[in-house]
Parts: sequence; structure tokens; C-alpha cells
Amino acid sequence: MATAPLVDLRGVKKHYVIKRSILEKMVAGQEQTVRAVDGVDLQIFNGETLGLVGESGCGKSTLGRTILKLHEATSGEIYFDGKSVNDLNGQNLQNFRRKAQIIFQNPYSSLNPRKTVRQILTLALRARGLHDLRQQDEEIGSLLHRVGLSKMHIDRYPHQFSGGQRQRIGIARALALKPRFIVADEPVSALDVSVQAQIINLLEELQEEFKLTYLFVAHDLSVIHYISDRVAVMYLGKIVEIAETDELFNNPQHPYTQALISAIPKVDKKARTDRIILEGNVPSPLNPPPGCAFHTRCSKKRGPVCETEAPLLTFDSNNHGVACHNFWI
Amino acid sequence: MDKMNSSQVLLNNGNNLNLISLKLFLRNQIAFFSELKGHPSALIGFIILILYILMAILAPLIAPHSPTTTDLDNRLLPPFWLEGGKSTFLLGTDVLGMDLLSRIIYGAQISLIVGFLAVGISILIGGTLGMIAGYYRGIFDQIISRLADLLLAFPFLIFAIGMMAFMGPGFLNLILALTFKGWVEFFRLVRGEVMSEKTKEYVEAANALGISKLKIMVVEILPNIIHSITVLGTLRLGYMIIMEASLSFLGLGIQPPTPAWGSMINDGRDYVMNAWWISTLPGIALLILVLSINLFGEGLRDLTDPRLKRS
Repeated sequence: MATAPLVDLRGVKKHYVIKRSILEKMVAGQEQTVRAVDGVDLQIFNGETLGLVGESGCGKSTLGRTILKLHEATSGEIYFDGKSVNDLNGQNLQNFRRKAQIIFQNPYSSLNPRKTVRQILTLALRARGLHDLRQQDEEIGSLLHRVGLSKMHIDRYPHQFSGGQRQRIGIARALALKPRFIVADEPVSALDVSVQAQIINLLEELQEEFKLTYLFVAHDLSVIHYISDRVAVMYLGKIVEIAETDELFNNPQHPYTQALISAIPKVDKKARTDRIILEGNVPSPLNPPPGCAFHTRCSKKRGPVCETEAPLLTFDSNNHGVACHNFWI
Repeated sequence: MDKMNSSQVLLNNGNNLNLISLKLFLRNQIAFFSELKGHPSALIGFIILILYILMAILAPLIAPHSPTTTDLDNRLLPPFWLEGGKSTFLLGTDVLGMDLLSRIIYGAQISLIVGFLAVGISILIGGTLGMIAGYYRGIFDQIISRLADLLLAFPFLIFAIGMMAFMGPGFLNLILALTFKGWVEFFRLVRGEVMSEKTKEYVEAANALGISKLKIMVVEILPNIIHSITVLGTLRLGYMIIMEASLSFLGLGIQPPTPAWGSMINDGRDYVMNAWWISTLPGIALLILVLSINLFGEGLRDLTDPRLKRS
């Protein structure tokens, strides 16, 4: 693509060290590292929705939070709008936070139970630098209206709302800062299916209205298919395949993506292809397999190369990237 | 509908924002008392506690005599309902002829002031340290937690006796001895609660808004743990009052002739066989106060425990 990406990740890693006391070290050996995100290169372009899928524990939420600097990256470079965010602090960090926001998965814990909607949104508006009470009031009213709530909800507490309404409040809080980029961390997976559709439509409307860029994290492929412009598939802290949505769903290259897509339930009997059943579980990120992390479960393993060498993400002319030894040669 | 309209009117006027928060605050308080109604033992405890507090505040008005004036003509008088009792000394007199009723009324002052101060300072110290340790963890947490473990290893009363013996009796020393170990319980409570609240997404959301750590702790987390602190504080209040009475009984706390229930019980010790009221009556006053505080505290715990809450 010709335009510069809004978010540009280069070799981003996020490792968690499991701390041990002296006694535990003597018994169980040295400290262990959880490789939640293990070397991700990713570009997100202005105005697009990048879907990020993967099994639970593959590091997709951690990646989203690392981009927003809620977690400090262990290594690698993160650029936002051409500027590095690695060493931001003070006022610069504050400016970055205004531009990049997050919507959380669980609408029950993401709103402070002891605060009214007014207090929650006022906090966000103050963070943006809006201190005039009257303006705050007007803005809260229009925000609530924009996300489909009414002004009469303003002095209610979160527990007085349904899950979908709470998620709308969470969206209003993110919007209050007038961000350019929003990490939507499984924003609908805790909701009923009927409510999911409403929230997804709301997110799409808002994207158009405010020219937002989304990183949409989810594990539900149909949701991802519906909302994303491009999709990245993550496995054990690494991106294994990335492509435009239709390309990825119609022409999956990586064995893991193929298995995922074959698992989508289909109504039409003729369209049902053979499901690829993955054997075993996701290996522990404490001790990921050497070489290609997927080789323990792969149905198309080529041989020893898969066990020793980690495949690189390689792109073809359609910007379809795959990290697999089968694809490379 | 009517309610909605009135709040709509208030909303259009930014200056009335404080009025709304006051209204919300009052509504919460009223809700609290109506919940208390559904818990009879807590309500009884609360009412008795309020009566004791009123008694302490109004002591100069309601006490029939000065609590420290001796009247050697009227030594060891029994309460009025016993033979030889006088209606001017309703609950009798002690060995120096001081009016027991007045001394008991004034004694409530010492018990409540020491109790509230000791608990208040403990909450302040323990809560602040617990908040910092729970939020930041690391070496600070390690040091304070080990110190807390160390203090927990001593029995409270023995520790307080040791400190009072070392520092000498007196009001300030008493408060110091009680808070020196009293903060530990609050530290452990707050530290644990903060650690669990910190993992919730609303804290992460506040972080994503770029709100300062101090503000997150005080404005976001504190309102969610204040209930636990209140419950523990109430339960510890009764304990602190007992501790003060114990130390005064041993002659290490409040010194006579200042009226304190503990030292009054001690005063009557030698006369228990022929003037039982000198020790017994302050003891009953202490018993009822601590009992009511504990009933109230346990009721508070029941009412704020979401597992026991009827929605």
C-alpha cells in the first residue's frame, strides 16, 4: 500500500517473567518467561478495520494492550502516525492516549461500579482537557445520544443497565477523547447474539462518522468476517497469516487458518467441506515448540525444517502474508 | 416521570451539578438506613451506639455530679434501689464518694474518643500503606508486608502492655500503643482489595485515559473498597475499646481520677464482696457498648456482602 500506516509494529514482543523466590528457584530452576506476544510485525492503515483472530491465550488481547502502551513492550518498535510511542511520557503520552483508545470485552468490569454514567464520562472529558461544566454536560448528552442511550440515563449506575447498554457506555467513554484509533478487545463476545449485531452496527457507523481506525480483536470468525477489511490470524504470539478479508476466507493458505475456517458451521449441506480437526491443545506459551510453533498440530508438516526453523511472514503480490514453510517454497 | 423532568431541569443548569451529587449522596444514605431496617440486630446496635455517643457528648448536661468531686460523707453508697441508697446518687458512690453514674457517663467519652482515634489513625496509616503496597507491589510491598507479619506475631494485649510499660501511661501514649499494631489489619485488608481491584478493566480504562496513578487509587479504587474498610473499622472499634479498658484496668492507660471504665473496674476490685456495684456497673456499660458496636459491625458486613445481598 502506498499510504503510510497509522499504526506500525516492528518485531514487537511482550514477555512476562514469572518471578520466583530463592527457594522456588532452587527447587524448580530458573525464572520462566511467558511469550505472550513473540515478534509481531503489523501495519494498520488509516480508516480500516483490522480483525485479529486466534484461540484464547494466543496473545491477541495482550498485543492490543501493548500497542496502547497499557503494557510496556519487552522489545520491538511501535509507531503511531509515524512517531515512535516506545519512549513517550508525560504530556506526549497523554496526547497519544487521547488518540488511541480501547473498548473492553467485559462490560461488567470495565465500568467502575461506584460511579454514575456522568462521572465516568466526565473523567474521560477531563482527560481530554474539557473542564467547563456546561460544555461537559452538553457533550455527555450528545455522546449518550450518539451511542443510542438517552440523557435520562445520565445519573444511573452501571448495574442499572443491561450488558449491551453498558458496552455502549464503554464506547461513549472511548469516543469522549475523540480518538483516531480504537482497539476493540472482543467488544461483543460477552453479549447476546442479537445485541452483538447492534453493537457491531454502531461501531461501523461510528467508524464512518468519526473516521476511526479499528483493531478488532475477536475469536468469532463470523463477526470478524462481517466487520473487517483485513484479517490477521494469530497463533502462540505470532501472526501466521494476514490478508484482505475475502481473500483470507476464500483462499486460506496457512494450515491453521484452513482449520479455523473449516470449523465455521455452514447451513448449506453442499458447501460443507471436510472439517480439519486439529489434534491436541495449544502448546504452553511458557515453552513454545522450536521452529514453527504450529508444527505439533500441523497436518501439512513438511519435515524437519518445520521443527527447527521458524517460518517468516512472506507476502505475495496480493498482500497476502503467510508464515509457513509450505507457502514459502 | 416527574423525577425525570426535575433532573432534566437541573441538567440544563450547570451550576446545579453539586446539588445533584448531594441528592445522590442523600439518596444513598436513605437507602442505607432503609436496608438497616431489614436487619434488626444491626439496627439495635446502631441505635445503642448513637445513644452512647450522645451520652458522651452531652455528659456535662446530663451528669448529676462532677465525675471527680469526692464526697467522703457518702462513701460506698449502694445504688438507689438497694437498702441505704440515696436518690441523689442513683447508681451509688465509690470508695472516695464519687458519683458512679456521673463517672460512667463521663467514662463513655474516654472509651469512644480512644476507640475512634485509634481506629481512625490505624485506617489512615494502614490504608495508605496498603494502597501503595497493593498498587505498586515491589520492594516497598515486601518490606511493609514483612513488617506487618512481624507485628502480627505478637499478641495485641501483651504488645500494648509492653509498650505502655516502656513509654509510661497517658492519653497520647495509649493511642500510640493501640495504633502501633492496629494498622496491620487495615494494611492487609486494603492491600488485598487493591490488588484484586487493580486487575479489573475499569482501572485499565482509567489508565488508557491517561489518569494519574494517585487519582486512580483515590478516585477510582477507593470508592470500591471503602465498604470493606468501614466494616472492619466498626468491628475493630469494639476491640480497641476493650483494649483501652484492659490497659486502664492494669493501671497502664488512663489514670484516676479521670473517669475511665477500665480503671473504675480496677478501683472496685478490693470492695467487690461488699460494694459490688463499683466494678460491676462500669463493666456492664462497657459490655453493652462493645456488644452494640459488634452487632452493628456484623450487620454492616452482612449488608455490604454481595453474596448475602438480596437484589
